[in-house]
Amino acid sequence: MTRYSAFAVAREALSYHTGWGRAWRAPEPKKRYDVIIVGAGGHGLATAYYLGRNFGITNVAILEKGWLGGGNTGRNTTIIRSNYLQDSSSAIFEKARSLYEGLSQDLNYNVMFSPRGCLMLAQTQHEVRGYQRTAHANALQGVETEWIGPERVKELVPIINIDGPRYPVLGALWQARAGTARHDAVAWGYARACSDMGMDIIQNCEVTGIRRDGGKVVGVSTTRGEIDCDKLGLVVAGHSGVLARMAGFRLPIESVALQALVSEPVKPCIDVVVMANTVHGYMSQSDKGELVIGGGTDAFNNYSQRGSFHHIEHTMAALIETFPIISRLKMLRQWGGIVDMTGDRSPILSKTPVENIFINCGWGTGGFKAIPGSGWAFAELMAKGQSPLAEEFSLDRFTEGRFIDESVAAGVAH
Amino acid sequence: MLILHCPYCGVSAEETEFAPGGEAHIKRFGPGASDEEFRDYLFARENPKGVHFERWRHAYGCGKWFHAARCTVTLEVFGTYPAQTTEPPQAIRDAISAKRPGWSWREFE
Repeated sequence: MTRYSAFAVAREALSYHTGWGRAWRAPEPKKRYDVIIVGAGGHGLATAYYLGRNFGITNVAILEKGWLGGGNTGRNTTIIRSNYLQDSSSAIFEKARSLYEGLSQDLNYNVMFSPRGCLMLAQTQHEVRGYQRTAHANALQGVETEWIGPERVKELVPIINIDGPRYPVLGALWQARAGTARHDAVAWGYARACSDMGMDIIQNCEVTGIRRDGGKVVGVSTTRGEIDCDKLGLVVAGHSGVLARMAGFRLPIESVALQALVSEPVKPCIDVVVMANTVHGYMSQSDKGELVIGGGTDAFNNYSQRGSFHHIEHTMAALIETFPIISRLKMLRQWGGIVDMTGDRSPILSKTPVENIFINCGWGTGGFKAIPGSGWAFAELMAKGQSPLAEEFSLDRFTEGRFIDESVAAGVAH
Repeated sequence: MLILHCPYCGVSAEETEFAPGGEAHIKRFGPGASDEEFRDYLFARENPKGVHFERWRHAYGCGKWFHAARCTVTLEVFGTYPAQTTEPPQAIRDAISAKRPGWSWREFE
């Protein structure tokens, strides 16, 4: 692997940049691997990376039915924060956020992590109490957040309308170390590092069946042939239910569409991430100048990667009231992704009823921010059979009633 | 945008007039259900990629609950039927078979 550096750029300039190699290999699948990860999105690639880096397991294949990072990893609004209410959520999201801080150096790949800060607006009395509670919880958890008043919000976001008649801004939960990152680069950086460790990333390879022998996994059938494995990790977000069915069990998950959209590029006007959960909208500005906007999910099951138009209309109507300056902006692109929602809006990192099959899913509308922490914990779970970060997120919690209730903590949007 | 037909008041309208109510035909075990049966009743879902049966309510119309058979990939609605039944009627199953031969959903096909 060519190490990326300022020196390398200068050196390659001498040959007019024709000497750069591929960032990852495109190998043919082998007959057998120690570990197969299904899904080459952020979470799957991060899992493979930490399996190699932390546990020395490198005989790993990552199977992807499309192209790597082409699902929700490339469809989210790139927000990274860890201001959750419940201790187990805060632990894994804070682990992820802190790993993002050093990720570019760790991977030798610029993921453009920008710790610009994230505001979660309180626009009702209920939210004021909720976010003050979260700020206190975060203080106990060692997550740095702060409750701030409307004047400070206006200072941080000059374009905001804090005294709108319908949705006045009463304050906000401020996490200064939250931010955004380039989502494609996160997948590409992990892919490059995995490939460098000798792992095989096999794209255009759809899993069509999971082969079992006596309650234990022995391999997968794919569109590129049969592949054997000792351990299988399912990290497929919206398609978790489909893969679980192949393995013979059901999940407490429903797949629904979540949409996002971007405006035409404009001059820099907002340098923090703003989330407004009462009105179902969140916004930040990309380096290209586009305003990146996300909204709420559809409420019915959907695998089409298209959402209902009225959700966009609802999101924009509310955001325009909060940011009157954007009312004349044209919207450039809109897209949808299929998110896997659990009943308590918390993820599942767990063993499954089939021995040696592990599942990492249920990140719902908030998976991108968790990628490094999720990979870290899931790799530990797959390698050692247990992980302190993943422990509370097991499938058992639905039998035992140990829910990690973040639907209340986060309002709606993650 | 889905167009749904309310089997009670006969109105066909856009999805904004309806409220989705999740998976249909869920049976509750008991009394004496095991922890696993109660978990499955509360949380385990089919979540299929393809033919699905679900509950909807004509929230901004007659207010009544009904069932819909729908494809979760193409968002095509195969038909709707009243809620007073524990399984999809034969006419709905035939309508699905005409477009998705060999479909199955839980014990139905």
